[in-house]
Amino acid sequence: MIDLTPFILSFKLATITTVILFIIAVPLAWYLSQSRSKIKPFFEAIFALPIVLPPSVIGFYVIVILAPNSPVGAFLKSHFDIELLFTFWGLVIASIFYSFPFMLQPLQSGFESLKKEMIEASYICGKGFWTTLYKVALPNIKPSIMSGLVITFAHTIGEFGVVLMVGGSIDGKTKVASVAIYEFVETMDYEKAHIYSSIMLLISFLILLFVYRYRVKQ
Amino acid sequence: MIKIDFTKELESFTLDIDFTIKKGEFIAISGDSGSGKSTTLRVIAGLEEAKGEIEVFGKKWLSDKSFLPPQKRNIGFVFQNYSLFENMSVIENILYASNDIEFAKYLLYSVNLYNKKNTLPRNLSGGEQQRVALCRALISKPQLLLLDEPLSSLDSKIKILLQEEIKKLTKEFNTTTILVSHSNAEIQNLASRVFKMHKGQILEQDKIQQDILIGSILEVNSDFTKIIVGDNIIKTATKRGFKLGQTVQLDINIT
Repeated sequence: MIDLTPFILSFKLATITTVILFIIAVPLAWYLSQSRSKIKPFFEAIFALPIVLPPSVIGFYVIVILAPNSPVGAFLKSHFDIELLFTFWGLVIASIFYSFPFMLQPLQSGFESLKKEMIEASYICGKGFWTTLYKVALPNIKPSIMSGLVITFAHTIGEFGVVLMVGGSIDGKTKVASVAIYEFVETMDYEKAHIYSSIMLLISFLILLFVYRYRVKQ
Repeated sequence: MIKIDFTKELESFTLDIDFTIKKGEFIAISGDSGSGKSTTLRVIAGLEEAKGEIEVFGKKWLSDKSFLPPQKRNIGFVFQNYSLFENMSVIENILYASNDIEFAKYLLYSVNLYNKKNTLPRNLSGGEQQRVALCRALISKPQLLLLDEPLSSLDSKIKILLQEEIKKLTKEFNTTTILVSHSNAEIQNLASRVFKMHKGQILEQDKIQQDILIGSILEVNSDFTKIIVGDNIIKTATKRGFKLGQTVQLDINIT
């Protein structure tokens, strides 16, 4: 019998990360797409770092930030009695850092591709920033939103290094599917490793198939 | 009265604009490409910053101390390259600016697009899209209507028909209007005054004679020529050399 808990954890982690990242990335992507500031490339480079950094580097810095003796970790412990390392919510925070550019970049390119006059027409029609964003800008970049959501979700499902470093491998709490596969290989239980890997392969393929079919339809 | 007096530094020259418009007046700004015509409209709309003063019927839109954002100016703006919201149908585009559904229907009837009220912009022709943009610009009964080369990307026949629709609607609602255009025919047909711009400066101001009739050639074939004058279409015997869209001065006795 296959234990589905690691898959459920992976899906829960990916869903929460995707939702939080969407909420954070929409206004930021909008700001970056409209900004002509000279320091914009500096911020863009920082936000794109997770694409090129080894997961171990991201994992290391998340540990440094969240450790109980760090300023952030100590603040969370003393004020809210929260410890994030080796917990599910610690994984969520690590995943937000790790998957950030995969949500931000499609949204930013989507906003940049919008006709400037369409946005200006909305202001001329008497509408403010938020109405323009939600009624005009977002509905006109649906393919970019779809790419951002699906790629972020898939990327979070597949993450391994950061998850292992920040969450470890605690059954039912932080042992997601990718970590479970790693453990099966370590213990030479190749049959289970095969089953888990096949399921991950199928899920990843179906997600990508969905994205490409959606693009064709659009 | 609308008073416009501002300066703005552009890449190769300073835009220096100073003129006034009376309520209900239709004026035009002409000039070469890059002379600052469209930027002038954009500053008036609040889409670009500038230094100076803009006062519209007693209310300051721009001064040293204040800047009224475009969403609070109650203006209509028709852009050159159709700027309809692609996710909304024709009627939704118009109602986005004001939820007066009866007036929206009236405007759509006026421009013969009522039967396309549920169509998405991508399924409309260029002329139809500009008509919708015009309806959207007029639905809020704007204090000032700004037209930025609204007909330049349309073919001659549609241009003539749309000119007549613009003329009819702006007269009907006594809308104060500023048109930016390259086309002398358009300006002659629509405006009562024209400002000619060169490198950011208004070089001269002309009154357009209203006592002569200006028509535009609507159709030319072997038997007759159709000329549109105001709301009337006149058929005359064909004369050689007329071109579609050409502006002609008419003998007053013809009507």
